Amino acid sequence: MTELLEQFPVTLKHAILDVLSKFLPEWLLPIASAILSITPILIVFPTIFALTTVVERKVLGRIQNRPGPNRVGIPLTNIRLAGFGQFIADGIKALIKEDIVPRNADKVVHFLAPIAVVIPALLAYSVLPIGKNMTALDLDAGVLFFFAVGSATELSVFMAGWSSRNKYALLGAMRAIAQMVSYELPLVLSTVGVIMMTGTLSTTQIVEAQAGGFWHWHAATPWGFAAFFLFLVAATAEANRTPFDLPEAESEIIAGYFTEYSGFKFALFFLGEYLGLFAMSGLGITLFLGGWHAPLPALEVVPSWIWFFLKLGVFIMFFIWLRGTLPRLRMDQLMNLAWKFMVPLTLITIVAAGVWRFMDPGFTRCLTVTAMIVVPYLLLSNALFTARGVGKRTYRYAD
Amino acid sequence: MSASFAILAALVVVSAIAAMTLRNLVHCALCLAVTFIGLAGTYLQLGAQFVGLAQVLVYVGAVAILIVFAILLTRSGEPGPGRQFSATALMGVGIALAVFAVLGKVITSSAVAKRPAPPMFDGSKATVAKFGERLMTDYILPLEVLALLLTAAMIGAVIIALREKETK
Repeated sequence: MTELLEQFPVTLKHAILDVLSKFLPEWLLPIASAILSITPILIVFPTIFALTTVVERKVLGRIQNRPGPNRVGIPLTNIRLAGFGQFIADGIKALIKEDIVPRNADKVVHFLAPIAVVIPALLAYSVLPIGKNMTALDLDAGVLFFFAVGSATELSVFMAGWSSRNKYALLGAMRAIAQMVSYELPLVLSTVGVIMMTGTLSTTQIVEAQAGGFWHWHAATPWGFAAFFLFLVAATAEANRTPFDLPEAESEIIAGYFTEYSGFKFALFFLGEYLGLFAMSGLGITLFLGGWHAPLPALEVVPSWIWFFLKLGVFIMFFIWLRGTLPRLRMDQLMNLAWKFMVPLTLITIVAAGVWRFMDPGFTRCLTVTAMIVVPYLLLSNALFTARGVGKRTYRYAD
Repeated sequence: MSASFAILAALVVVSAIAAMTLRNLVHCALCLAVTFIGLAGTYLQLGAQFVGLAQVLVYVGAVAILIVFAILLTRSGEPGPGRQFSATALMGVGIALAVFAVLGKVITSSAVAKRPAPPMFDGSKATVAKFGERLMTDYILPLEVLALLLTAAMIGAVIIALREKETK
């Protein structure tokens, strides 16, 4: 039973391929196999996005002491589903809304930008190991692929902001690119320790290296724990989530780079942003939290892909919680945090990972590596807070 | 020539021509990014995963962004007045073709062209692990020199930026 459930998606795919091989010519089979691998990604993650929009609004509502959406259920009945019909209503609304393009907008680039946002976000999923034997594209350089695809998002954000011919949109795009370029560095550097330790860039092999309970996960070592938290902060910034949502700060620049988008194009930006967040969470799970492995060997009766999605759910709830709790940073604080705190600390975690690799296991190793990270952390955070730019704001004209 | 190569080649050539001929500078930069993606696709098709992905990471993620920023910060992307092609454009094409023909003739008749071609390298064997191993053993000196050069360039850029602030 367990075995059946465990490999259920893979066996289903092979069964369909077997049937197809009787009808299709030989050269079409690899393409059919690729399509069968892609389809679940295209169905599952947008569905999670749809559910997340409702869950996020409900949880934010609870945090702000109000019910959140709780009306929409099944039409023509009295069944409310606790408001979980909301995303269908929202989807229909986005589809039938008028698509407004500014008169001066660069029509072609304006049209292409939402597509260019969604495609890299979806491509990133192809290297994520969702379960045992469930990596759509098992690349030798999977982690590199993930970051390469992610870096293409910056250009699409620029396309959206520039083509709208709107000062808020352009400001938002500039902020977004500055933020993404700054935080990409700590994001990539925080993963270097894991890659050094496992000696591979393949996501599948990184997950395999963490088998056998949560104490084998990379986040369970001092350097891994620090790198995981740095990764988490950088990932929040890359996904433009609060407290790093300056590119679309609605109280300052309306909606940032997608101010001039309406209807389904707006929904595509929304989708692209959340898909990026889920992909980033998936990479965090893969690199630091054991991927699809169960936290305890005894719990491996539960299929591997369920563990992946459970961990993803925890990540999503964490990001919603952050959004409901933290205020937004200021631009200079954002840059200071990236360059004066995150980058040096990620470099130190890389060195710490190297020390961890070459010292004998034991209490001394644990203490040395922890000290190697905690002392610079205290010094850097102290320097950051006493430095000019963080602290009480001084005004040039408003006093 | 496989179908995927034909598609990639068409993408690269068309976007490169567009990058040269379009009037709006930002459009040109975006087309150039498409060219970079097409080239990365060609590398991936040859089995050079690291080179292909590094191409996307560096050229699309950094160089294209840098070009776009440079355009925005220096002047607007709007096309200026004046004709796209100068009066002597045809002559230029003729000269370029002539130079190409001469160079091609010289290269094909040289001793290098007559040397037997080295055996075709199987790209799928160029794994990232091997790539890293060679970089860390055989090519460690060029790597270090490059790193030093880049660090010097970065420090230079920071110093130039700093001085501007002091004089304010």
